[in-house]
Amino acid sequence: MQGESLIVRDLDICATPPGEDEHTIVSQINFALKPGEVMALIGESGSGKTTIALAMMGYARRGCRIAGGSVQLGETDVLSLSPVETRALRGHRVTYIAQSAAAAFNPSRRLMDQVIEGALIHGVMDRQQAQQKAIQLFGELALPDPEHIGNRYPHQVSGGQLQRLMAAMALITDPALVILDEPTTALDVTTQVDVLRAFKRVMHERGTTALYVSHDLAVVAQIADHVLVLKAGEEQEQGSVAQILEQPDHAYTRSLLAAARPPAQAPISNKHRTGEELLRIDDLQVGYGHCNRRGEPDNIVLDHIQLRIDRGQALGVIGESGSGKSTLARAVSGLVAPSRGAVQFNRREISPTLRGRTPDQFRRIQIVFQSADNALNPAHTVRRLLSRPLETYFHMNRDARQRRIEELMDLVKLPRTLLDRKPRELSGGQKQRVNLARALAAEPDLILCDEVTSALDTVVGAAILELLAELRRELGVAYLFISHNISTVRSLCDDVMVLYQGKCVEFGPCSTVLNRPQHDYTRKLIGSVPELQPGWLEACQWSTHTQPSTVAV
Amino acid sequence: MSDTNTIPAAKGERQHYVTTGSHLPMVVPKQRNRSGLQLTRWIGLSLFSFWLLVALFGPLLAPYPMSAFVSEQIYAGASTSHLLGTDYMGRDMLSRMLTGARYTVGLALVAALLSSLVGAGFGMLTVLLPYWLEESIRRIFDTLISIPSKMMALVMVSAFGTSIPLLILAAVLSYAPGAFRIAHSLAKNLATLEYVQVARTRGEGRLYIATVEIFPNMIQPILTDMGMRFVFIVLLLSGMSFLGLGVQPPVADLGSLVRENIGGLSQGALALIAPALAIGSLTVGANLLIDSLSNSRDNQKE
Amino acid sequence: MRDSLFGLVLGRLASSLITLLLVSLVIFAITSLLPGDTAQQVLGQFATPEQVEALRTQLGLDQPPLLRYWQWLSGFATGDLGRSASNGMDVIQLVNDRLPNSLLLAAITTVISVPVALIMGIAAAMRRGGVLDRTLNLITLSMVAVPEFLVATLAVLIFAVQLGWLPALSYVSTVDSLGAFMKVYAMPVLTLCSVLIAQMARMTRAALIDQLDSAYIEMARLKGVPPMRRVLRHALPNAIGPIANAVALSLSYLLGGVIIVETIFNYPGIASLMVDAVSNRDLALVQACAMIFCGAYLLLVMLADLCAILSNPRLRNR
Repeated sequence: MQGESLIVRDLDICATPPGEDEHTIVSQINFALKPGEVMALIGESGSGKTTIALAMMGYARRGCRIAGGSVQLGETDVLSLSPVETRALRGHRVTYIAQSAAAAFNPSRRLMDQVIEGALIHGVMDRQQAQQKAIQLFGELALPDPEHIGNRYPHQVSGGQLQRLMAAMALITDPALVILDEPTTALDVTTQVDVLRAFKRVMHERGTTALYVSHDLAVVAQIADHVLVLKAGEEQEQGSVAQILEQPDHAYTRSLLAAARPPAQAPISNKHRTGEELLRIDDLQVGYGHCNRRGEPDNIVLDHIQLRIDRGQALGVIGESGSGKSTLARAVSGLVAPSRGAVQFNRREISPTLRGRTPDQFRRIQIVFQSADNALNPAHTVRRLLSRPLETYFHMNRDARQRRIEELMDLVKLPRTLLDRKPRELSGGQKQRVNLARALAAEPDLILCDEVTSALDTVVGAAILELLAELRRELGVAYLFISHNISTVRSLCDDVMVLYQGKCVEFGPCSTVLNRPQHDYTRKLIGSVPELQPGWLEACQWSTHTQPSTVAV
Repeated sequence: MSDTNTIPAAKGERQHYVTTGSHLPMVVPKQRNRSGLQLTRWIGLSLFSFWLLVALFGPLLAPYPMSAFVSEQIYAGASTSHLLGTDYMGRDMLSRMLTGARYTVGLALVAALLSSLVGAGFGMLTVLLPYWLEESIRRIFDTLISIPSKMMALVMVSAFGTSIPLLILAAVLSYAPGAFRIAHSLAKNLATLEYVQVARTRGEGRLYIATVEIFPNMIQPILTDMGMRFVFIVLLLSGMSFLGLGVQPPVADLGSLVRENIGGLSQGALALIAPALAIGSLTVGANLLIDSLSNSRDNQKE
Repeated sequence: MRDSLFGLVLGRLASSLITLLLVSLVIFAITSLLPGDTAQQVLGQFATPEQVEALRTQLGLDQPPLLRYWQWLSGFATGDLGRSASNGMDVIQLVNDRLPNSLLLAAITTVISVPVALIMGIAAAMRRGGVLDRTLNLITLSMVAVPEFLVATLAVLIFAVQLGWLPALSYVSTVDSLGAFMKVYAMPVLTLCSVLIAQMARMTRAALIDQLDSAYIEMARLKGVPPMRRVLRHALPNAIGPIANAVALSLSYLLGGVIIVETIFNYPGIASLMVDAVSNRDLALVQACAMIFCGAYLLLVMLADLCAILSNPRLRNR
């Protein structure tokens, strides 16, 4: 079976939140795909892109319902099918690839059973044929050991492999339409390239019609023919990939594009940069587990870390999941004790753990975490969150605190009316600003930023980055800026350190390291970030099969 | 019942996934669910507050002294002079129940409050204590939780004889460990959250972290848990009284009233059924109330 | 990695044993070490000090507490549970006479209640939000809070007094046919089951719904897997751990319920033996019964944990 055409007319979807009245969350969506074409649904969280994609299977999540419109797949009117017919459609003619493969695979069943289940239930083929076809697909998707990988359980394979196994599961019935719901969002960039490439090849060979849901324009540019830009359940703009990327009509599309292409580092003329050393780390080692006789722990997370941050300087730390970058922030803050090495602050050695640090040292080093949800105590108001550091560090009286809190709110560009709200009444971006304001309240020399923009939508994240740059210019605060996203580091930091498996593989000025990387891994990491132009994927030569060494250059 | 309520799927990825179907037009059954939830809450609230009022004012409203022999007839049915009939010795059942309810509700409230105080107090405290001390406290509570509550009460009564303070002690020893477990795991989880780490890097002391950062986020689950413990303790204490090992005459709680009048079983005496139903309506009411309250809170969080 | 699974199981067994030891220490401490003097109690308040002293020596009460604990514990290991203070019989004899009756009652209750509860829980979870689910929810929510003696009293009133179908009291010795057996056991089992089923059904539903809310069930749905297969093949295997736990916890509740039920129906089991022992302050007998109940409880909880460990694919297949 080859891909079939898909025509969506006037699609409306309603939701009923508990205790509220029903309201429309997706309205008047229209688009059409010819067989073999790929349409991307682009939008930020809450834009309704997943909800629309699921409606292609006649499915609405709990609390939602498809209120109107039609979905025409080939000859079939999907939304008018009976429940039994709908079930026969799902997993056979329309298949789904979920964002988190780790959650979407049943932990207690073998991978092969899950991959071929759809084909067996719908009677497309018998078990023998299905297994053969699965093994063939595993091979095409570049999975290691295609003959036997199906015998494993989900927890025994990696995230990137699971995502490809899910593609095999979706393609085994040769569906007329495949829905890909942010299939690479949870992956590291270097893994993402391989998965994207594998997806693109098998879909292209089979002429599959596909709907690709994503927030990432660069990824979409590689894989889609058409793009539909969504905001709050409504279409903003629709067109071919080239047209959307090069001549966006709508202001919202332009803001998405701008956020995806952050300005490459305007070299900061920083009056506060005096070249005076603020933080120095010598031969740091952090690990957990029992220590052996030489005092080295069983599991070493970070090793041989050397770095220096000057006053007013911003050092970026990039690395993928498991590279130990968050541990670095924790070690500097004193939350985890290093097993070797020393931390010098203001040219004086400071205690490696919290115990033994002076109040002044506490004040001068502040930490800002990724998830503003967990970083702000839900029981306290914004006012209370901000006034505590003023009390502990500066012993201010009520009036002084009040004035300072208002200053801080101005500094992070939040209205003062938010002061008496609790964190759950704030948006993600507002929470992250409060989080920053709390760190600034201490008037610190150094702020440790641990993935501060990662949980935010790109446009909101870009605004936070801008704020960080502005604060640095005005207050002369230094950053240890940890991120997996190279473009955020590029736009904010002076120096950059690349971590790979707990070791520093490259260190130097951003302009040098990111533009002329010396180490294999750095090159691969930078080369794996999708660019906003179609055809980049074909040109990219990196793949996980070339495993870089950990030797520093 | 809350999970029957609906959750918006609009806001992206992390949602509850179960379904509505595929059909047009489709009826959303949510309105009915909400009223169902409301109904259990109202039943629970009215039953529970009724018994609370009886416990507070019951003895004042009793038409006769509790232990006065007011009728020639034993196990009499309902009549205008004795609304709930008379007991096995010809005493007015209504008066006895109005007085007995105070013991049932009062003792259980005190014991539930103490259990939660002890359990939650130690649960919070262990976060502050060094590891070895935390482990030993956990071990002690783990041991106590392995002794079923009725066993604990029976063993203690066999050693010391029954008395009201002993019954409360037995209930606390049986139910504080459960409260401890819940408080301890809550506190442990909260202690790993980032806002607590931020507080630690601010140089805050352990006491501040426990009381200001952690405790406010534990109050609601602890209160719900205390409600559950109240129900269990009512059941435990009435059970002990029913066995004749609880509250002793001349004082009587509702469980003792059931025991006293068990001789009326073969004739279906009101004096037996009324106190048994009273206990049932108290515990069922409390349970319905707690369930609907904790569910509506879960929904708010969504 | 099989070794690690084996180690996990072994560790669980060891931890249960340690807990049982600590429990025995608590029970012994409460019953033997505190001021209430057994010798004084046995002889009554008119006994002369010499008589009391003589009995104390005879019972070994003058020895140091730890030694007595050790003797008591080793007695337990060898089946010497001491002598009943009220009728002078060996405790082991009394227990042996009664224990089978209680085990039989528990077994019948378990065999009936577990399948019924599982089916109810699964049905409610599958029909979540539907009329069936909401009705079951209201019923089970009420039933878990109802005292056993209320259920028992109502059962007697309806089936024995009003309808006259069943005898109000149980006498095991009169059982000679299946009909008689049913008549004797119907009401005690009904009483125990009613609360037990409600509890287990609720917990089963909760455990299953937890799984049904997960992403892999949505995936199965989007693969066109029919509802029955989704629940039985996909969700249930992952819910075994929590469900086993629910069953163990509820069955341990059976231990408490059986005390009331045996008393109200005059059933000659170990629970009514213990209640009598408590009334007579027959400490040796109380200790023995308490240890049996606590041991049974720990055994159940341990079995549930083992179920959870063995059903976890991450631990089973590395």
